[in-house]
Amino acid sequence: MSVHATSSPLKTYFAVWVTLLIGTLLTYEVAKIDLGVFNSAVALTIACIKALLVALFFMHLRHASEKLLKVIVISTLFFLFILLSLSMADYATRGGGGHASLLLPHITALIRS
Amino acid sequence: MRVTKRRCPLSDSTTAVQTSVHEDVHRPELLHHFANPEQQRDSASLGMWIFLATEVMFFGGLFCAYLIYRIWYYADFAAASKSINAALGGTNTAVLICSSLTVVLAIWAAEQSRRALMLAMLALTMFFGLCFLGIKGVEYHDKFVEHHVPGPTFSFEHEQIPGHPGQYANPQHAEIFFALYFIMTGLHALHMIVGLGIFTWLFVMAWKGRFTPEYHTPLEIGGLYWHFVDIIWIYLFPLLYLIDRHP
Repeated sequence: MSVHATSSPLKTYFAVWVTLLIGTLLTYEVAKIDLGVFNSAVALTIACIKALLVALFFMHLRHASEKLLKVIVISTLFFLFILLSLSMADYATRGGGGHASLLLPHITALIRS
Repeated sequence: MRVTKRRCPLSDSTTAVQTSVHEDVHRPELLHHFANPEQQRDSASLGMWIFLATEVMFFGGLFCAYLIYRIWYYADFAAASKSINAALGGTNTAVLICSSLTVVLAIWAAEQSRRALMLAMLALTMFFGLCFLGIKGVEYHDKFVEHHVPGPTFSFEHEQIPGHPGQYANPQHAEIFFALYFIMTGLHALHMIVGLGIFTWLFVMAWKGRFTPEYHTPLEIGGLYWHFVDIIWIYLFPLLYLIDRHP
């Protein structure tokens, strides 16, 4: 990362800014259309694209040559993945008493509705 | 002038490191334990990214709790989500995106030695930040008036479940949604307030002329923090405001 490598031209900044605004409008409008379970999928996909744009262009990850930085970013995402996936796997497969013993019936009910 | 060849711990290549007493005098911002300005800059940025990694795990736990309850009580969450003003939330998303743009423009201005533009962009960033908190305040006020704040006065009776006419949301389940809503947006707002403090300090530093095209690391790592808070909001907006908006 040299001083000059991190400064993207202004054109890129404004293009990313417009894309982010369009993404916001899109996610707001799509939410009004009934897509069933795909509403959540579309909303999360748009959010991930927007987050990626901010990280790559505004936070200059695109120009990062630092290997240690890449290790930190990738391990952050990896640990977040472990946190979410193992928690969900636990709740999805655990039986037991109580009103909310299993997640799976709720998920299938959501898909069917 | 003494030229030493050594590998910089935080960069890929071996570089000729020039050190001399005179050079240090010309670069007062280069601390003596760094080989060169690039290494100092990379170390600062790396430290910020490690802090952001801890922040991801911090918010990650809340997102995980939200995800589990959302799947359990989907209909109640949808009804509760519909009671929040999504237009205000959408406006706030746009406001934050604009503030992220002004942050990168401020850094660009610092690189180009354009002091007035840098100060204007920093001021504009803080203005957008205050707008965000103001709109957030209006939203919170609505929730207080509607008795949607979890606690003894909470009330969510006879609220329709979207897409299921005649069915009403369970107030207890809706209360969990509002608890998560206030904790997550509240924690995010707290980060915004901290960010405003950081940017006030950056503005003062910029005003005093501390930032040059060669040295403006505080701007860059302050910007990293601001963009991260923006990313958190990018996820919070669709998750909390747009669960089931269709009529």
